[in-house]
Amino acid sequence: MKQKTIVTGVIGSDTHIVGNRILSMTLEKAGYKVVSLGALTPAPEFIKAAIETNADAILISSLYGQGELDCRGFRDLCIEAGLDDMLLYVGGNLIVGKHPWPRIEKIFLDLGFDRAAAPGTRVETVLEWLAHDFTVRKIKTEPPINADEHR
Amino acid sequence: MTVALLIDFGSTYTKLRAIDLERRGVLGSGQGPSTVTTDIAIGMQAALADLERRLGALPKFKYRLASSSAAGGLRMVTIGLVRELTAEAARQAALGAGAKLVGTFAHRLTAADLAKITSLAPDIVLLAGGTDGGNAEVILHNARALAQSALACPVVYAGNRAAADEAGTVLAAKTLILTENVMPEFNQLNIEPARAAIRRVFIERIVHAKGIDRAQAMLDHVLMPTPAAVMEGARLVADGCAGASGLGELLVVDPGGATTDVHSVASGAPATPGVIPRGLPEPRVKRSVEGDLGMRHNAATIVEVAGLEAIARDSGLTHARINALIERFTRDVEHLPAGDEEHRLDLALARAAVKVAVRRHCGSVETVYTVNGPATVQQGKDLSTVNTVIGTGGALVHGCDPRAVLEMALADAAEPLSLRPRTPRVLVDRDYLLYACGLLGAVEPEAALELALKHLIPAGEERSSERTVNT
Repeated sequence: MKQKTIVTGVIGSDTHIVGNRILSMTLEKAGYKVVSLGALTPAPEFIKAAIETNADAILISSLYGQGELDCRGFRDLCIEAGLDDMLLYVGGNLIVGKHPWPRIEKIFLDLGFDRAAAPGTRVETVLEWLAHDFTVRKIKTEPPINADEHR
Repeated sequence: MTVALLIDFGSTYTKLRAIDLERRGVLGSGQGPSTVTTDIAIGMQAALADLERRLGALPKFKYRLASSSAAGGLRMVTIGLVRELTAEAARQAALGAGAKLVGTFAHRLTAADLAKITSLAPDIVLLAGGTDGGNAEVILHNARALAQSALACPVVYAGNRAAADEAGTVLAAKTLILTENVMPEFNQLNIEPARAAIRRVFIERIVHAKGIDRAQAMLDHVLMPTPAAVMEGARLVADGCAGASGLGELLVVDPGGATTDVHSVASGAPATPGVIPRGLPEPRVKRSVEGDLGMRHNAATIVEVAGLEAIARDSGLTHARINALIERFTRDVEHLPAGDEEHRLDLALARAAVKVAVRRHCGSVETVYTVNGPATVQQGKDLSTVNTVIGTGGALVHGCDPRAVLEMALADAAEPLSLRPRTPRVLVDRDYLLYACGLLGAVEPEAALELALKHLIPAGEERSSERTVNT
């Protein structure tokens, strides 16, 4: 099977890069092709990178509590760019204040993310999720159809 | 005496420079009309006759090298995938090769796009899209579209390597040149191989297609498009050559009749520690062309971009007077300024064009507020520490006050976010030699460098009475 490509980055005005870097290194070691966008990455940049590199998944980190605002509409951006089937994960300290995790998780799943990772989630868990989701998901053969409409 | 002849086939004139290679000096200049629409050799002969008249007799030339911007220059169309990524990388590659960009396209070409490209009749199409191993689908779609079109020009493929073989098959009926991807990895710019491929196509095919090789009995090689020769000259002056050092990082400004060109030879990395670069890295040797800022053809758009009021303030002319003069300039693009009013307007136009063109060429910073406090993000090249700014081109060199024009390239307290040169020395290419040095640099880099350095004069020190000798 073709090597899977994963785009990673820290979304919005967030400079917390360490966790994202550990994740990127782990993914690379696990055999994925990683396109690492680093800190302070605006949402549209994830999309542009995913188009050029024909990515299979986008993994977004957010540590500063503004994740919900930054991630709102992200799935729509993907659809707009013809990346309908993109596998989307988000993880980190996603919302400020004390909320039970299931409530936070639901917010992000409702936003169109396939998985949301709670603070303290181990990288091994993410690798298991990816392996599972890539197997379940039909192997990407169809190219994005509407890519040219998004100029 | 060893002499080199450097030729510039322009759109209006055929210009010659005879260089004494031992003395590193200009022996003489000659000029003839541009006759590329009939027979380019006629203009060349006239220019040689002019040179002969000035020198008494033509010496034997060791080298006869030419650049050309005749017959519309090297007209190129670029195609990429994402506008800010591979499409931008392709654009940079074409500009760096000295091309005149007539169209830039992104994503899938539609039937309307293809019709447009065909009607633009480019000399070369540069096809990019996808990182290596990335998106192949769109570039193959575009390759098929080009294959089915009536387009006869060469196609340079500089996209996803993984799709190159299939693209080769698809485009088998066209002239196809395969080269390295302009963006092999995400956000990694790799434009030198594409630039070299375009240059080769220019020498091997375009020169013939445009009829420039009709003058071949009078010269050895047409090496590159003229903008590329200026760029090579800039690179040589900045970097020097084996055995001689250059001036270091620099910026070249060329306000012309139709466009304003800016070249920078500088890394562009943030000069202030802690600043975070964003977006596609830009090439160290970068050329930008502003199609809306031309001293004649596009004088009206200069006024539009800068604002009528700003031009009025700078020139001291009334709005009505400016509009009337602009109309005259645009109607007669060969017009040289005569009289005080026209000189003042010309100066104001050049100042506005340079200001806007350099602002667009240079990067900028903005402050973003993070939880850890403010952070500075940089987009584009930081040219604030560039140590030399050079002005070239007829409009500037023959203008009455090159210093006043070039000052507009410098940092301005009113625009603190623009990363323009702060305290460079300001030089003028008084004898229009930068292109000649770029050409000569291909065979005698040391002589070319010395020649250039000898003829770059600090702005403000050149006197108008001395400037009229060589045109």
